[in-house]
Order: sequence, then C-alpha cells, then structure tokens
Amino acid sequence: MASSDVKLIGAWASPFVMRPRIALNLKSVPYEFLQETFGSKSELLLKSNPVHKKIPVLLHADKPVCESNIIVEYIDDTWSSSGPSLLPSDPYDRAMARFWAAYIDEKWFVVLRSFLKAGGEEEKKSVIAQLEEGNAFLEKAFIDCSKGKPFFNGDNIGYLDIALGCFLAWLRVTELAASHKILDEAKTPSLSKWAENFCNDPAVKPVMPETAKLAEFAKKIFPRPEA
Amino acid sequence: MAERSNSEEVKLLGMWASPFSRRIEIALTLKGVSYEFLEQDITNKSSLLLQLNPVNKMIPVLVHNGKPISESLVILEYIDETWRDNPILPQDPYERTMARFWSKFVDEQIYVTAMKVVGKTGKERDAVVEATRDLLMFLEKELVGKDFLGGKSLGFVDIVATLVAFWLMRTEEIVGVKVVPVEKFPEIHRWVKNLLGNDVIKKCIPPEDEHLKYIRARMEKLNIKSA
Repeated sequence: MASSDVKLIGAWASPFVMRPRIALNLKSVPYEFLQETFGSKSELLLKSNPVHKKIPVLLHADKPVCESNIIVEYIDDTWSSSGPSLLPSDPYDRAMARFWAAYIDEKWFVVLRSFLKAGGEEEKKSVIAQLEEGNAFLEKAFIDCSKGKPFFNGDNIGYLDIALGCFLAWLRVTELAASHKILDEAKTPSLSKWAENFCNDPAVKPVMPETAKLAEFAKKIFPRPEA
Repeated sequence: MAERSNSEEVKLLGMWASPFSRRIEIALTLKGVSYEFLEQDITNKSSLLLQLNPVNKMIPVLVHNGKPISESLVILEYIDETWRDNPILPQDPYERTMARFWSKFVDEQIYVTAMKVVGKTGKERDAVVEATRDLLMFLEKELVGKDFLGGKSLGFVDIVATLVAFWLMRTEEIVGVKVVPVEKFPEIHRWVKNLLGNDVIKKCIPPEDEHLKYIRARMEKLNIKSA
C-alpha cells in the first residue's frame, strides 16, 4: 500500500500521538506524518475530527479514525497479517488489557498531568502519593499480564504496553520537576524493567521525545505558578 | 444457541437503576446467556464488590468462571468475543472502530456533560443543557437514514446509548427541562421508538414508574431543582 494511503495528524510531544505511531511501526506500515503547529488547529484536523478537534487522527484512504487507543485497535485489526498481534488472543486477557488501558487514561494519566499544574508542595506530595499508588497497581497488572515475559503483551509490545509506555517521557519530565523518582526500581522492579525494555524497542525509539527537549516544551506550556 | 451456558458460571454485580449495569444485562440477554444477578448497594459497597473490583470499586462487574471483569465497555467487548451468537460489534474494522468511537463519546462526552446539571440553576443550567444538546446533535446526525445506531439492527452503540434513551430522557420529566425536544431531535425520538420495539430492550430497562421515582429521589438528594 502506498504510504500516501496512510496519514497521521499529530505532534511530536503528544503521548497520545505516539500510540498510533508505535503501532504503525510495529506493523511496518509506512505513513505520512502531518505535524500540527502547537497552538493552532489545521483545517484538515478540524474536518477530520469535528467531534473532538484533537490529535491524533489517522487517515486511512482518507477515512478518519480518532481516539488514540481506538486507532491502535484499528491498526491491529486492519493490518492483522502484518507483524505480531497487539492484543492477546484470549478474551479475558484482552479484557484485562483494555481495562488497564482505560485505568491509565482515566486515573493514572490524569494524576500525572495534574502534577505539572500543581501549586504548592502539599498538592505535589499528594499527587506523587497517588501516582505511586497507581504504579503499585500497574506493577501487579504487569506481573499478571506479562506472565513472565518482557511486555504486558508477552514477547512483543502490544496495546497495553503502548497505552502506558507513551507517557514515559512525560513521566521523566515530571520526575525532573519533582526531583523525585516516581517510577522507582525499589518499589516497582518489574514495571521499571519493562519501562527500560519499552524505551529500547526499535518501534518506540524513533518516536519517543528526548527528555530535555520535552522538559523545555513543558516549561512553555505549563508556566510555573508563583510560589 | 450455544450449549456452553450450562457448565459456565456467569454472575453480574450490578444495580437496577444504573445504565452501565443495565447495558450488560441487555448484551447477555441478547446472546441468551444465563447469569446470576447480584444487586449491589452502591452507598454501602459489599466486600465482594471491593474484592472483585479493588481498583475502581464500581459496578458493573461481570464474573465469568470466577474471573472478574470491570468497566462496562470492556465487559461488552468481552461478552461479544466470548459468546459469538448475535454479534453486537460489526465485523468490518472501520465500522467496529466507529462503534467504539461513538460509545466512548456517549460515556465520556454526553454523560459527563449532562451530569454537570447537578446542583445548577438558571443560566448555568441553561449552559449545560445547551452543551448537552450540541453533543446530542452528533447522535442525531448519525441516525439519519438508519433504524438504529448500529444500522439495520441493534448494535453496540445502541446498547451503550440506552443511557440517552432511558436515563437522560427520563430525567427530563423530573427536572422539567426538555433537553431532547422532538422538534430539534426527531431522529433520536424515532430511534427511541425503535428501541422500545425490541423485546430484549423492553425486558432489560428499568420499569418506568419505579425508575422515575428513583430518579426523583436521587435528584432531590443531589439537590437538582425540579420545575
């Protein structure tokens, strides 16, 4: 299929955009990356995602697909014969992957994002405590899902690895801002090892933003509140 | 009809007035799956619920052969993948993706926005009603030329959107605000009639009188002014 058949509207710093990029890489699907300018929304984006007006949007033969985790499932379904499956085959295991992905977006990431907006020390401490509690859940989830293999999805990166792993660069930026290790090998050894494996994966490396560059960007979009 | 149900144990921890619980009952009933319903008191959560859903502590929870699954959309996909009769998700990857997109839209946009009406009066309430109507317009447009959101027959999105048909629209009577007037939303009204023509839907939605009483009591408790 010609690469012009698959386009992705996104931005380099967005963890949500990283998700379909990793999925497309895992399936060896070439695509055209249409980078949005921060602070404005292109006509194409507004036309392709009139409901949410957000990135990422996958355009497959001009048909738009929106919502990052939904796009990942679409990629898995559409290019099912290419590369390993992104979701397990057993319905219960699939349900676990979807459950944890929903948890990550609705609870874990909401807390992570709130740190960079948090005001005083007390608020920051509370956010860190919540994140660490979440990490404890995810450590157990990883042990249950991976069944001794390196990734949530087993031998290969999959839907849930992508759902969580996309936030690792932002997590590191938050750790820098907090001067505190949030993902701690001592507390969550399996999750920490997983994070390392995830970041080193060839499908992930090219699209994971550099921590320093992301930290600079974060300063721009989350100006520090007055002390 | 599949013979497996005799040896399988299916339990549902739910709540009679919850749209998230009822949608699971609809799916199980559509597929002819027998289940044991365990009514939960959500104001005083049982140790069983807390044990089976320690992360979110919410209903519904489906328990299949002793293994728990939480989050209604995750449960619905699990049900569709496990009991293959009368599929509720489309086969085509793009259609399946759109079904997931609209279901997420109902739960994360329509429901969340509509719930903001709690405790609001006057101009603030009007703003919430306007915002809810803007979102409902997307569903209205989706229904043009279709009997159901799933097309010719009841599907995944219809099951999820019973939240609109039998919860949001039932609330109108009590709150005294016609959020979904028939002049503005003729397709949605036509769709509700089509839903009521389906025996499974009729059987699985809460009985109207009891439900209205419950909603009235809940609104009073949450301090929503009635007309």
